[in-house]
Amino acid sequence: MARDALTGTRIRERRAMGGLKQSDLARQIGISASYLNLIEHNRRRIGGKLLLDIAAALSVEPTVLSEGAEAALIASLQEAAQRARLPDVESERAEEFAGRFPGWADALAAAHRKIADLERTVETLSDRLAHDPELAASVHEVLSTAASIRSTASILAEDKTITDDWRDRFHANIDADSRRLADSSKALVGFLDTETGEAAPSGSPQEEVAQFLEAHDYGFAALEDGSDTPDHIVAEAPQLVSAQSRHLARTVLERVVADSAQVPMKALKSALAEAGPDVIALANRFSVTVPHMMRRLAAVPGLDAGLVVADRAGSLLFRKDLAGFTIPRHGAACPLWPLFQVMGQAGQVIRTRVQMPTRDGAVFDCFAAAEPAGPIVLNAPPLLEATMLVLPVPDAPVDAGVAVQDIGPACRICPRGGCPGRREPSILSDGFGGF
Amino acid sequence: MGKHVLLVEDEINIIEAIQFLLSREGWQVDTHSDGATAVDTVRRMRPNLVVLDYMLPGKNGIDILTELRADPDFQNLPVLMLTARGQSRDRELAERAGVSRFMTKPFSNTEVMTAVRDLVQLAQ
Repeated sequence: MARDALTGTRIRERRAMGGLKQSDLARQIGISASYLNLIEHNRRRIGGKLLLDIAAALSVEPTVLSEGAEAALIASLQEAAQRARLPDVESERAEEFAGRFPGWADALAAAHRKIADLERTVETLSDRLAHDPELAASVHEVLSTAASIRSTASILAEDKTITDDWRDRFHANIDADSRRLADSSKALVGFLDTETGEAAPSGSPQEEVAQFLEAHDYGFAALEDGSDTPDHIVAEAPQLVSAQSRHLARTVLERVVADSAQVPMKALKSALAEAGPDVIALANRFSVTVPHMMRRLAAVPGLDAGLVVADRAGSLLFRKDLAGFTIPRHGAACPLWPLFQVMGQAGQVIRTRVQMPTRDGAVFDCFAAAEPAGPIVLNAPPLLEATMLVLPVPDAPVDAGVAVQDIGPACRICPRGGCPGRREPSILSDGFGGF
Repeated sequence: MGKHVLLVEDEINIIEAIQFLLSREGWQVDTHSDGATAVDTVRRMRPNLVVLDYMLPGKNGIDILTELRADPDFQNLPVLMLTARGQSRDRELAERAGVSRFMTKPFSNTEVMTAVRDLVQLAQ
């Protein structure tokens, strides 16, 4: 039935919804009840002034009566009908259904949209589960630990003849595994909640700090202009749940204060506009070390720079993520990163163009340098801290005479086969072949 | 059939639990944690059964199994593969490589021991 042919049905439904008798409405608009009855049963076409009068009497817009439910509603109902595998003849009656039962139609369409949204969420999470290396690593960790606990606990529960030595050993194993499971489960839940847009506690102090920095987009203008303090910012941060994370965050912010005192953001932006992101030239211009300048560049809004800081043991002390350049959340990073090449040569600055094993083969320029960290002690080797600034190279030509180093995020989540730096197999299927 | 099993697994607590279970049933259990040298160890020890983890440092369980099946001496060696990767594709890969039984973590002790007994029975 054509859409405009249902105007009468809509009038009837609206009148009934308003508790108005047919005869009362007919009297209000100056027509006979029998004529209104014909209209309401779609046996008389209606338009013009009469439609306007009826709409006014029913307190609705004339289009609500003439056009009926929105096209989107009809489309949603038809989609719902197709999903339910209703025959075509039923699907074609979606508009009639919407016209006769507008409330039910809205409810059904809303439920259909909700189902579609939920399915998309499930699909996204399933896709992540299957392809996201961080998530896959977390799931593997959880399942392996659960397997160990389950097996060991069963032995303790079922074997009454077990010796004291074995019992003690298994108790210790369960204790260690349960802690490991708690940590990995928290990290997994934190990851999933982040993906679904919900705020959730993180799995570790480092993760809390990462969320805190991300929430501030790695910029602290109020800190740099002296209108706020590290203590106050830390105290107000909802992401910093643990005392450890607050301590770590305070250390980061104190460094921001120190760094910005020598390299104010306004002056840096001005210099950047003149010289571009030449870390050595900029460091010389402000009389600071290259790692110092890298940290400041990473804080420049809009520069889209990533930053990683690591100690000599390879632990990542600071990370600012960059799209396409995966920085592992846990464990060691790729040993081929320029970050680790400068560890033995404090003071040397290297620049390397690298490519990540992503689908689009993202290319980046990495600047890396190491410098002593902590106090200098006589006759003791200095503690070193390496810093790497990562700048995207969009639309990098495949062969422009610039060597490109293949790197990855971390062995466990890297699909590269035959890599000389590989120290453990990848959990990604493509990475198994080359190991 | 003898009762000598080689457990190739890198999770130390899983090793201890399975080692205990198998030993209790009279199996001689040897363990190995490095994927890269696992095939050599099998060749050297010539166990009657291999319990093989899917993910190992050095070389993954599928590659180890593929190498073993390419050796005529080990084409019929019972291999029980343990994995936290339960996707159907992984199972398919394992079956193509010639796995005798595929078990996903977390498994129960009963499942492991039943699988071991079944594999022994089939091999006899």
